[in-house]
Amino acid sequence: MRIPKTKVFPLVSETTHDGTVAPSATALPAEGLTAAQLASKYGLTVSGARPSLVEYVRQLWARRHFILAFSRAKLTAQYSQAKLGQLWQVATPLLNAAVYFFIFGMILKANRGLSHDVYIPFLVTGVFVFTFTQSSVMVGVRAISGNLGLVRALHFPRASLPISFALQQLQQLLYSLIVLFAVATAFGSYPDLSWLLIVPALALQFLFNTGLALVFARAGSATPDLAQLMPFVLRTWMYASGVMFSIPIFLADKPQWLANVLQWNPAAIYMDLMRFALIDGYGAENLPDHVWAVAVLWAVCLAIGGFIYFWKAEERYGRG
Amino acid sequence: MAEHKSVEQDGDRVPTVVAEELHIVYRVNGTKAGKGSATSALSRIIRRGEERGVRKVHAVRGVSFVAYRGEAIGLIGSNGSGKSTLLRAIAGLLPAESGRVYTGGQPSLLGVNAALMNDLTGERNVILGGLAMGMTREQIRERYQEIVDFSGINDKGDFITLPMRTYSSGMAARLRFSIAAAKDHDVLMIDEALATGDAAFRKRSEERIRELRKEAGTVFLVSHNNKSIRDTCDRVLWLERGELRMDGPTEEVLQEYEKFTGK
Repeated sequence: MRIPKTKVFPLVSETTHDGTVAPSATALPAEGLTAAQLASKYGLTVSGARPSLVEYVRQLWARRHFILAFSRAKLTAQYSQAKLGQLWQVATPLLNAAVYFFIFGMILKANRGLSHDVYIPFLVTGVFVFTFTQSSVMVGVRAISGNLGLVRALHFPRASLPISFALQQLQQLLYSLIVLFAVATAFGSYPDLSWLLIVPALALQFLFNTGLALVFARAGSATPDLAQLMPFVLRTWMYASGVMFSIPIFLADKPQWLANVLQWNPAAIYMDLMRFALIDGYGAENLPDHVWAVAVLWAVCLAIGGFIYFWKAEERYGRG
Repeated sequence: MAEHKSVEQDGDRVPTVVAEELHIVYRVNGTKAGKGSATSALSRIIRRGEERGVRKVHAVRGVSFVAYRGEAIGLIGSNGSGKSTLLRAIAGLLPAESGRVYTGGQPSLLGVNAALMNDLTGERNVILGGLAMGMTREQIRERYQEIVDFSGINDKGDFITLPMRTYSSGMAARLRFSIAAAKDHDVLMIDEALATGDAAFRKRSEERIRELRKEAGTVFLVSHNNKSIRDTCDRVLWLERGELRMDGPTEEVLQEYEKFTGK
């Protein structure tokens, strides 16, 4: 084949190290066509361009096995150096529950208005369910900015990463549920049909968390400082959501709308749904109005909105 | 080297990669003024200048070229001249500051290092790496044995079922190359992948790269080893400080380059 004639270019910009774009005098070599004309003549496409939303969903679906394998690999890798190995998947939430029981149940006695048998499972459920959302946000922030090596080496829809990390948190929560079931049973809430409500509640929360992880993945890739800031925001959110106390009981003497607003916040909604499903002494009177509708609304809005928001910047991930 | 591809005639050479005035700029946080102390960072935020504490590194400056089907193109240049950055931009993995790259088919980098996890067994890494490259589960199952055999990991006992962190650096490099080389590519880019493992493995991997070359439309090879460039490439792009300095047949460009580097 004919090798193109050697071209030698002078170094135009010995001194332009300040980031200005130095003009280059090279014309495109081929056939007197501009690059765009040449590309369209031979059906070439712009490398790294953002696919349409439908195409993007299709690509993502094609990568479902990778998403699942990646999340499970991350989960396994977490404890692979520990002597007890995967036992920590259950031991960590168990120890967590024990600490919260000791501080809030024994020392602070924050169970105002709730009996001991309700309060302990109430507290443990709250901690686990909130941790699920909290850690989804935190892994979301680092999903792109912490995996730049991967993003710069391989092609895949970038949404695979935040979704995969959210999935990892879901699997983590499933281990925690083992502990949670044990705690509930130990305090007199025995398995019954209402426990089945855990499934839709968890599914909705997972949708919500994934949306949140997608939003924060984009934000965190533009501003990695969020990884430092978010723990404080999340802690504030935790205290405002009634993880350790019952919102309606604490705000009994305040106007009803205030309690409603606090209870309609997504973290409180998903905690309350789980408690309602699990704990015998925690009846519907503790739930805000329209609780399932609000839960669905949060999940759908965040999942769809977060996905579109993330996709909009698809071609820009990996710069940095 | 190019003999077996001389079927296509001058007139209808098919371009596979067209780069037009490509500029790549990296942005690095927290290195501009001061010595990275908290007060200087704060003053940078407060001043809100055009770029607050962000330093730009202009890695590729206005590179244009057209690559054709059947070409094997070497990229040379001293360290930090923008070779790897250019490859990533062609692959569409690094967004361009300005300019465009057009490609036919999906260009891919030969490398899965970033997807593998040291705490997992070699076995699971083969699967994970394959999935990350976009192979299906069936394709991985079919090629699994081939990958393991090629890497030679199991030559000295059952190492594939041990976590990768227990491997020697040579073993890990061999496994990584074997996983990466298991997939066929339209436009293949190789970043100094030849320099891994012992002599026997290097020979095997060079062979495999020649195979991949035959299957791929166009091959890009980044290397500091002028010999492997001479062995595999028929055209060379010479980058210096992010600019394209020379573009032409291998021997001509390499001679100039060797003069430049003082060999």
